[in-house]
Amino acid sequence: MNFAWMAWTWPTAIFFITIFALIAAMGVWEYFRPGGDPRVGILRFETTRGDRLFISLLGSSFINLAWLGLVDTNLWWSLALSVAYAILVFRYV
Amino acid sequence: MTNSTQPGILKGEAMMRTQPAAAAPKRAPFDEALARKMRRRGQKSRYSWLVPTLYIIFLMLPIYWLVNMSFKTNQEILGSFTLFPSNPTLRNYMVIFTDYSWYSGYINSIIYVVMNTVISVAVALPAAYAFSRYRFLGDKHLFFWLLTNRMAPPAVFALPFLQLYSAFGLVDTHIAVALAHCLFNVPLAVWILEGFMSGVPKEIDETAYIDGYSFPRFFVKIFMPLISSGIGVAAFFCFMFSWVELLIARTLTTTAAKPIASTMTRTVSASGLDWGVLAAAGVLTIIPGALVIYFVRNYIAKGFALGRV
Amino acid sequence: MEKTWNNKAWFLVLPVLLLVGFSAVIPLMTVVNYSVQDTFGNNVFFWSGLTWFEQVLHSRRFHEALLRNLAFSFTILAIQIPLGIFIALNMPRKGIGVPICLVLMALPLLIPWNVVGTIWQVFGRVDIGLLGRTLAAMGINYNYATDPVAAWVTVIVMDVWHWTSLVVLLCYAGLVSIPDAYYQAAKIDGASRWSVFRYIQLPKMHRVLLIAVLLRFMDSFMIYTEPFVVTGGGPGSTTTFLSIDLVKMAIGQFDLGPAAAMSIIYFLIILLLSWVFYTVMTNYDSGR
Repeated sequence: MNFAWMAWTWPTAIFFITIFALIAAMGVWEYFRPGGDPRVGILRFETTRGDRLFISLLGSSFINLAWLGLVDTNLWWSLALSVAYAILVFRYV
Repeated sequence: MTNSTQPGILKGEAMMRTQPAAAAPKRAPFDEALARKMRRRGQKSRYSWLVPTLYIIFLMLPIYWLVNMSFKTNQEILGSFTLFPSNPTLRNYMVIFTDYSWYSGYINSIIYVVMNTVISVAVALPAAYAFSRYRFLGDKHLFFWLLTNRMAPPAVFALPFLQLYSAFGLVDTHIAVALAHCLFNVPLAVWILEGFMSGVPKEIDETAYIDGYSFPRFFVKIFMPLISSGIGVAAFFCFMFSWVELLIARTLTTTAAKPIASTMTRTVSASGLDWGVLAAAGVLTIIPGALVIYFVRNYIAKGFALGRV
Repeated sequence: MEKTWNNKAWFLVLPVLLLVGFSAVIPLMTVVNYSVQDTFGNNVFFWSGLTWFEQVLHSRRFHEALLRNLAFSFTILAIQIPLGIFIALNMPRKGIGVPICLVLMALPLLIPWNVVGTIWQVFGRVDIGLLGRTLAAMGINYNYATDPVAAWVTVIVMDVWHWTSLVVLLCYAGLVSIPDAYYQAAKIDGASRWSVFRYIQLPKMHRVLLIAVLLRFMDSFMIYTEPFVVTGGGPGSTTTFLSIDLVKMAIGQFDLGPAAAMSIIYFLIILLLSWVFYTVMTNYDSGR
């Protein structure tokens, strides 16, 4: 079986490994501290750790897209912005 | 874990049932004349049948025109404008039933649709049971992830699917289309079945286990008959969405497993003008759907009532 | 129902996970890989970084297709939801009319999508179609192949024809679950037709309506087959919606990179919207 058509590159591989590692880490966290730490944050509905991770990732993707579309192609700044956003999400949502 | 943190969507049926009857009649001082007047006002108007009738006429007109055309010769279709075929002919249908490249399309479609329905329902049954009975690590996220696949545009997946199934040497086989359609049918089947299963009290499971039933035996002998209408509804919707889908089915097939829908589009682009045969082919694609819908009409309302489409 | 915590339930979910994972995750990863590379075929790829994303985000073609698709989705929602409610309110509740209505109304839902396109293509043609001929006889200049307005009207009417029944069936299912006692109470209170609708029927339909809006929005946002068969995205590109544009790019021109970048942006938008709808729905449910 030939998987050359999937055209893996190191950056995309690292990207996916990071995502899967995050999900796995969430799983381990959840296994040892079950319940997902539900709370009602500024969005005024109940979220768990997993929800907050999802909101962070989805929001970050849009931050990066907006940066790319509106500012320029240097994504390090928007990446920093995304991390700040993720911290805010985990703190307040 | 309390009830309030479960995805409420899982509780559709229970919710619809538990509406308290408490909002029922306030026993106001009863005045016969007033009540009669109000009854009249609250009633549906006498002409309300007009609305569904007009709507159904609107729905039927284009279908009628297709059926009408399928019984005409091409000369009549192009040359004159008649509301009924002046000399009805079955030639168009004969073309389809005698030409292998036409009728094989129907056979191919039926094969992969049935395969898909069987696979989808078979894998969805245990999963739906798990979602309706247990809480487990990451269950809610898993459920949402499944649903996003129902929402994902097939256009995004068409090309990678082609590559993926080429790598496994499955292109132009029925199983490839059946598996690809699982992408949106399995989540749907899980969603529908989960709703029906939540309506079955848990005491039944527990009693069966106490009586010494093993899980597989309990599931097949006791549980599945209880949710048979749910299985019917799930199978119906899997059949429906697999039957109507074209983009993925067309991308993954070339000749051997080509569905009827794609036979039609290719014939249009190739010869372009055989309107009669095209219409006849169209009419024949409506018939399986119409038959299926007739047999499950009572279940559909129930499936829709659960809001799990 | 109170559920027990049991991680062994994972084994029951495993088949679904493998099956859907196989057909969702691998293709999605492939799309991401393609989106950062360029190719001339034969599985030879060149790193191109974020060029394609930049190109798609700045291309007028994408903006226009997106706007067109949003306009289309909101138009059909604005027509189908009120129309569906209106028809459902006037459906018979019992008797022989119920199965007849249900079967006939569900019929368009089970017609293969390209046949829906064919039906309307034929129906609207000026030379052989009932609609086209009738409009021409009435002196209305209607030709969906050359006139953008006519093309849009055709595509929208076709979608209304195809999918309003779904809204009707959902609303109807919500309506029949209202106990008779509610109506009797309303009669005794002397409620008007409007307040019966506003305070009894609408709240009962609230949930199914949310589902109807979700499904109709999502499905119209990825509409491909029907308009493609009728207009082929034309005249010009006036009815080229996102999916049509994407397929044209990916399979027609085989521009893997830009098509993949567009797929990802498209998918992210869908993901965001389904998450919003799903969250609203589940929170609405648990809030009750």
